[in-house]
Amino acid sequence: MEWRDEGLVIGARRHGESAVILEAMTREHGRHFGLVRNGRSRALAPTLQPGNTVSLAWRARLDEHLGAYQVEPIRSRAADVLADARALDGLNWLCALMRLIAEREPHADFYEAATVIADCLSAPAVARAPMVRFEMALLGALGFGLDLSRCAMTGARSGLAWVSPRTGRAVTAEAGAPWAERLLPLPAFLLDPGAAVCEADVAAGFRLTGHFLERDVLLPRGLSLIDARARFAGG
Amino acid sequence: MAERVAGPEIERLIQLLARLPGLGPRSARRAALHLVRKREELLGPLADAMQVARERIATCPRCGNVDTSEPCTICRDGRRDPSLLVVVETVADLWALERSGAVSGRYHVLGGTLSPLDGVGPRELNLDPLPGRIAEEGVREVVIAVNATVDGQTTAHYITDLLQGTGVKITRLAHGVPVGGELDYLDEGTLAAALRQRTAF
Repeated sequence: MEWRDEGLVIGARRHGESAVILEAMTREHGRHFGLVRNGRSRALAPTLQPGNTVSLAWRARLDEHLGAYQVEPIRSRAADVLADARALDGLNWLCALMRLIAEREPHADFYEAATVIADCLSAPAVARAPMVRFEMALLGALGFGLDLSRCAMTGARSGLAWVSPRTGRAVTAEAGAPWAERLLPLPAFLLDPGAAVCEADVAAGFRLTGHFLERDVLLPRGLSLIDARARFAGG
Repeated sequence: MAERVAGPEIERLIQLLARLPGLGPRSARRAALHLVRKREELLGPLADAMQVARERIATCPRCGNVDTSEPCTICRDGRRDPSLLVVVETVADLWALERSGAVSGRYHVLGGTLSPLDGVGPRELNLDPLPGRIAEEGVREVVIAVNATVDGQTTAHYITDLLQGTGVKITRLAHGVPVGGELDYLDEGTLAAALRQRTAF
């Protein structure tokens, strides 16, 4: 078995004295592990930092084997974010999100989106809204997508302003008014990609996706939202 | 199945040596054979030294270093500058910095780095005593000497936040071109960092 692809490094764990097991989000082969011999060497260790884009050649005798990667750098981003605490928080959270995706399930769209977010992490304020959209898309891919197409109460397709924290369905401002304190605000940029985005909208977006990520995805797996997300979301 | 070439005691010695870093089964066999040959000059003293180390080595309650005395030799050294504290990830890093001879202060060993992805949080590290040490020992500068990796720098930023308000000066190691390094062989991230942090010549 053999393939070539490019991937975003999500993590690398020590294996023995000199090797690492690399976890990468690849364009065509999804989240994929592989052994990198001499991965802890001076030459390779900087390349295997999370957030870097690498060229990967994977080889294994059988498809279900771990296999071995040959790695070459394409784009080094880790060094750009090391000095910025919020950018690092964003990178840690982005990698944590990609770890929620099933192994070896191709998701070219997530790969592309993660690459775009990783590219703008050095300016964390710019990366926040795309991160919220990424979380929304991830919820959908994991089977917990929010229904923002119409109002759960009236069926209206416009004027949507809230989301029910229980059902994940949108509600219009008028219909939801009596329960406003219990509903989650729905920022406009999640309905209209062209809408202007302000800090309050981004904060509302993180609150919305955080609620469903935690309840539907993380808690059932024994995980929780990491502190890095709160710091990144809070700016 | 390969036949045993030695008794169980020697086989046990080979198995244990093979667990050491840098040694595989074959090199462990060679090392064991060497030890057996030099029983008086090497095997005996080595066994004694290991026995003594096993009994006496302890983790320094102040800094996290390993030594045969508590506090460790570095913490007890009165010639060291008490106002300078160098925070390192592991004892191996402490030894590396000591080899450099460039540190006149004392150390604080974290015992690892924060890794949100692997579930390593502040509680798993030797971080709690750090603010107390700074206050008690009159530290004026903390040098965060952790690896230039995502996990290392995540830890560095956490420590910076932790020490906010203590009034201590916080510095970190420079990132850039190593001595003897050739620019052509450096990754672009290191080169970019080196260029950003260039100094007047």
